[in-house]
Amino acid sequence: MNAQTILLILLGVALVFGLGVVLLNRRSGAHHRPTAPPVPRAVDEPNAAPPPAVPSTREQTAVATVAVEPEPEPEPEPEPDAEPVTRPSFRERMARTATAMAGVFGGVRARGGITADTWDDLEEALLKADVGVGVTDALLDGLRSRVKAKEIETADALLAALQSDMSSRLAGADRTLHLETVPDGHVNVWLFVGVNGVGKTTTIGKVAAQQAALGRTVVLAAGDTFRAAAAEQLGTWAERSGAELVRGNEGGDPSAVIFDGVQRAAAKGADLVLGDTAGRLQNKSNLMDELRKVRRVAGREPGVVSEVLLVIDATTGQNGLAQAREFAEAAGVTGVVLSKLDGSAKGGIVFAIETELGIPVKLVGLGETIADLVDFDPDEFVAALFGG
Amino acid sequence: MFDNLSNRFDGIFKRIRGKGRLTEADVDEVLKEIRTALLEADVNVGVVRNLVARIREGAIGIESSKALDPSQQVIKLVNQELTNILGGETLKITYASRPPTVVLMAGLQGSGKTTNSAKLARWFKSQGRHPLLVGADLQRPAAVEQLRTLGRQIDVPVFSEPGDPVSTATRGLAEARRLGKDVLIVDTAGRLAIDDEMMAQIRQISDQITPNYTFLVIDAMTGQDAVTVAEAFHATLQIDGVILSKLDGDARGGAALSVKEVIGRPIAFASTGEKLDAFDQFHPDRMASRILGMGDVLTLIEQAEKAFEKDQAEEAAAKLLEGEFTLDDFLEQMQSLKKMGPLGGLLGMMPGMPKELKNAQIGDDDLKPVEAIIRSMTREERRKPEIINGSRRQRIAAGSGRSIAEVNRLVKQFSEMQKMMKRMGAAAPGKKGKKGKMAGLAGLGALGGGGLPGLGGPGGGPAGGPGGGFPGFPPSR
Repeated sequence: MNAQTILLILLGVALVFGLGVVLLNRRSGAHHRPTAPPVPRAVDEPNAAPPPAVPSTREQTAVATVAVEPEPEPEPEPEPDAEPVTRPSFRERMARTATAMAGVFGGVRARGGITADTWDDLEEALLKADVGVGVTDALLDGLRSRVKAKEIETADALLAALQSDMSSRLAGADRTLHLETVPDGHVNVWLFVGVNGVGKTTTIGKVAAQQAALGRTVVLAAGDTFRAAAAEQLGTWAERSGAELVRGNEGGDPSAVIFDGVQRAAAKGADLVLGDTAGRLQNKSNLMDELRKVRRVAGREPGVVSEVLLVIDATTGQNGLAQAREFAEAAGVTGVVLSKLDGSAKGGIVFAIETELGIPVKLVGLGETIADLVDFDPDEFVAALFGG
Repeated sequence: MFDNLSNRFDGIFKRIRGKGRLTEADVDEVLKEIRTALLEADVNVGVVRNLVARIREGAIGIESSKALDPSQQVIKLVNQELTNILGGETLKITYASRPPTVVLMAGLQGSGKTTNSAKLARWFKSQGRHPLLVGADLQRPAAVEQLRTLGRQIDVPVFSEPGDPVSTATRGLAEARRLGKDVLIVDTAGRLAIDDEMMAQIRQISDQITPNYTFLVIDAMTGQDAVTVAEAFHATLQIDGVILSKLDGDARGGAALSVKEVIGRPIAFASTGEKLDAFDQFHPDRMASRILGMGDVLTLIEQAEKAFEKDQAEEAAAKLLEGEFTLDDFLEQMQSLKKMGPLGGLLGMMPGMPKELKNAQIGDDDLKPVEAIIRSMTREERRKPEIINGSRRQRIAAGSGRSIAEVNRLVKQFSEMQKMMKRMGAAAPGKKGKKGKMAGLAGLGALGGGGLPGLGGPGGGPAGGPGGGFPGFPPSR
């Protein structure tokens, strides 16, 4: 559909609509309620928010880019944050509050038999965990038919079956973080994407520290050139992990910063570039286009993009699915990082993301410290939802 | 995206339509859809349960009135119910008799406290106040730096000092008094509602600075947890109002409804974009239709009313439907349309627009070639484009600086549009919209059908006219 056709259709539509409104109101004689000041969103231009485009040939921006070399740190210092040596458990972190879900399941168990209330309770528990109507219906429909067929007869068996169904929905996905074997002079790139405020920068900081602890040389590219002081925030993490930070100017071209990060990493023979990007809402198509470009440029020689990780806040509701869909389409997301799962939110939206879009959850944030960012374990996750 | 609730209702409503009275079974069916829509909008399960119960009471026994069929009345009922919850008393800011008026910002990590602190400061400034921002988020690296940068952008001073958030806040208050500032906004670190230590800390801050307003910042994308969070913060701090952030996303924002219902405090402000001026007081009426997935129809209606002259519009509409709409009229109405704001924005607000149209990036600049071409035509040509022959075409192209092909395309598309509008004018119900590229319009069926009328907002129940107020859009899909 070419632009002009769209335009004409739109014009026609808008005309009809505009005219219709006026006429309808005249006809009904209804008076409009006192006009409140228009919501800014209504007049917000679609391109209201873009970081000012920088006249960026790569050369230009490259000049503006500063490679911040941390003081040479021959001995990796013991990480001050990393005092918990043992991996935190999902159950411990996810069940700090008396979970509504576990309570409901307790009630179901206590009832013994399977009644209409049982189904209502289960439905409510799943919905409360943000599992969503679609997945909830699918899960419960499956169980209903098994109950009807007398395969399941007690509440305990029903809960066990639900737990195993939920686990199996998340089974079989490849959840490893990939580092490809690249020819000399090339470097692996992991990009971090997501909407505003999900914890991208913090996640990168933690991943950097973990990868550095594994003996890898890491370069951080501060691709969030939009949010004030985002690069400073990443810089703090670079210091903590002994990684090098490559940053550009605030408001500069993010692709250029990522590209410079890749160049820098390749030049010093680093193992991995972690690329930060500005938070963006997935319905801002200009910002999603910018992300497409970042993804493209990151994969240019000598960069090899081996992971594009979408960070999703565990408190996110059903919009998480739209986030995953749009980011996957724009940037080829390879995995999800579910952040802030140590709060009271349960992150149930990952069921829909995994089953409908086939994007595996790879990492989970279970707390503030570096060691609290852990590999996602679906069985443990589901068990924690059930309260043990 | 906004999948139009009234589209989802199509099937059910077709059967119900024409019935004088809804049976209990009809109501159940409709309520099930409403329940799903609310849940998909992230309205809390418990809140949905209560809501649906209330709507059921109102819906059973609904009789069709002159203007609305029962199905539309149900939507209207739902919309009213939502507006009631969201609305009620709005927050009126009253300033402390002994300045400064102290505002405390609280919320989870990443909800947007720092950005919204700055936006709020800018808002106070626009009200003629002199705010001071205090950066008491000493947790997140560079959070204070972020606040300082934002403060510079809006020309509002920022106070902060390393060390302890409680004493920073207290010192900030003293600083505001010293500087004679009349509003103090304290940004705090994000914290989990279940983190006792951090909750105790913000409680301490609150005790020290005794805020006049404590705002809870909530992300519009929040799911079911919004209720837990709001309850916990409310229990600790006595929240006065909610700031709903990231409302410019495509989340339906059911969290707003849940929070309002559960803590009974109004949504005071909403943040609607990344720019610092994209922030305003909250309009509950629009939020209701958004949660229901009906687009921002109310805003659109308002804009349309402002932009289109009544008499002219009436005439144009009549012409349009009779197929006598000329390129001159088109040009004229196009100008009105431009007054409604950027086209891309309009498109996004239209309910039931197909996705490819919604996502199309159309700027006002795209109108220019069209305008140029029409303006290069003689009056006669604008009235009867069919007389445009080879040499006329060449002249028009040369005059407008566009190619002949473009002129051709415009003329052809205009006539297609004209035909279609004419058909709409005469459309019998059930007639299929033209396939292919024009199918987009068919989606608008909702406007003439269930969508607009159901809103029960301005324009009351305009479904009066034969086949909908704006007659006979072909049904969608």
